Amino acid sequence: MKYLEEYRNPEIAHRLLDEIRDKVTRPWVIMEICGGQTHAILRNGIDELLPDTVTLVHGPGCPVCVTPLELIEKALTLASRPEVTFVSFGDMLRVPGVSRDLFKVKSEGGDVRIVYSPLDAIRIAKENPDRQVVFFAVGFETTAPNSAMLVAQAVREEITNLSLLVSHVLVPPAMTALLDSPQNRVQAYLAAGHVCTVMGWQQYESIVRDYHVPIVVTGFEPVDLLSGILSAIKQLESGQAKIENQYARMVTREGNLYAQRQIDDVFQICDRTWRGIGVIPRSGLKLRDKYATFDAEPRFGLTDLVIAEPADCISGIILQGLKKPNECPQFGNRCTPATPLGATMVSSEGACAAYYNYQRFRNLSEK
Amino acid sequence: MCLAIPGKVISLHEENGLLMGKVEFGGTLISACLAYVPEVKVGEYVIVHAGFALNVIDEEEAERTFALLKEIGESEGQG
Ligand code: SF4
Repeated sequence: MKYLEEYRNPEIAHRLLDEIRDKVTRPWVIMEICGGQTHAILRNGIDELLPDTVTLVHGPGCPVCVTPLELIEKALTLASRPEVTFVSFGDMLRVPGVSRDLFKVKSEGGDVRIVYSPLDAIRIAKENPDRQVVFFAVGFETTAPNSAMLVAQAVREEITNLSLLVSHVLVPPAMTALLDSPQNRVQAYLAAGHVCTVMGWQQYESIVRDYHVPIVVTGFEPVDLLSGILSAIKQLESGQAKIENQYARMVTREGNLYAQRQIDDVFQICDRTWRGIGVIPRSGLKLRDKYATFDAEPRFGLTDLVIAEPADCISGIILQGLKKPNECPQFGNRCTPATPLGATMVSSEGACAAYYNYQRFRNLSEK
Repeated sequence: MCLAIPGKVISLHEENGLLMGKVEFGGTLISACLAYVPEVKVGEYVIVHAGFALNVIDEEEAERTFALLKEIGESEGQG
C-alpha cells in the first residue's frame, strides 16, 4: 500500500539500526508517548534490536489506560440506567471498574452499543427518540475534534436526547508532569504522530525550551520509529534539544486548524485526573458552558466520586516510564488480557497488553 | 481507536450538512467524515481516526523524507 511499504523497508530499517549503534556512546532513556507506537515497537521487536544502552519507556499515551476509575464508575452507573443507551468505543468495554466492566453491564441487559465514529451516536439518538443516548467521549487531541463535531452536529440537527460523558485528555501537560517528577528518567520524547496531526508540533516548543529535552514527532511504521529514535539519539549525544518532525508527510507546525477551531468552540481546558498518575493541572477538556446541556454528569446527577486504584496494579508507575510491564509482579500471573487487573492490560493500546501479546516474558535478572 | 495507516479517498458526498467520503484501506471501504479536510480530493490519501479524516498526506513531503532516509542510510551503510 502506498505510503506504507516504504516505511516498512527492512533494508532501510537495518541501516538505521546500524547508525543508531554507531552513534550511541552512553545510556539513554527515550519515551514514546503513544500506545500505538508502543505496540508498533514491540510488534516489530524494535526494543530488542536496539543496543542495550538505549532504553525505550512507554508513556501515558493510551486513552483507555488513563481514564480515571471515577469516570469508569460513572460510565457503569449510566449504562445500567434503564432509560439510557450507552455508546462507546469498543476498547472501553473491558476496562475494569471497581467490581465490573461495561461488558458485564451489557450482559446483564444494559443497552451498551459499540461505535467506531462518534457521529454514530447521532444516528442512534435519532433512531431512539424515547431514550437517552450517552456517548463516552474519551481520548486525546485526536478524538477530541470528533467529539466536538458530534456536539456541533447535534446542535445543527436539534437533537436533545443526546449527551456526553467527557473524559478527554491533553498530551503536553502529561509530558511536562513527567519531566517535573523527581523520579523522572525520560531524556527525550518521541511525540505522538497523530496528536500532532491535529495540534501541530508548535505545542511542544515551550517544553523543549523550558526543559531542554529533545522531542521528535514520529510516525508508526518501523522506519518512522527507528529514524525518530536516531534523531533523538543524535540530539542527546550532541547535547542539543530541539523539535524534529520525522512525520512531515502528516504533521505540520500548525496542525489541523479546522479541528483545533472545533475543539476550541466546544471544549475548554480543565484539570483532570489520570488513572494511576493523579490530577494533572490543565490536562483535560470539558464542555464549555454554552454546551452544558450536553454534559451527561449534571443531566443524570452524577456526583463526584473518589475511588482508590487497585493496590496490586502498578500501571501508574508504568505509565510514567518508571517501570516496565514485565517488572510488575502480577504480570502474566494474576494479570493477563483474559484476567486483567489494570487498564494497561485491558486496552489494545496498553503497554502491559503489548508486552503480553508480543511475549516479553524474559527474565529480568538476565538484563 | 487509532488507525494509523493511510487510506485512499474513493468518493465524496454530503450527509446532513457534513462532508463525508468513502476511504479505502487495502481493499476495505469505510465511511469517514471529511469535514476537517475540506480541500481533500478523490484519489488523495488521508489518515482516519475514529471515523474522521484528520489530515491529507503531503505526497511531496512523503517522497522527500523517504528519499532522505534512503540517502542517509546508504551513505552511513558505506561509511
Ligand atoms: S501487569 Fe496487570 S497488574 Fe501489573 S501493572 Fe500491568 S495491568 Fe497492572
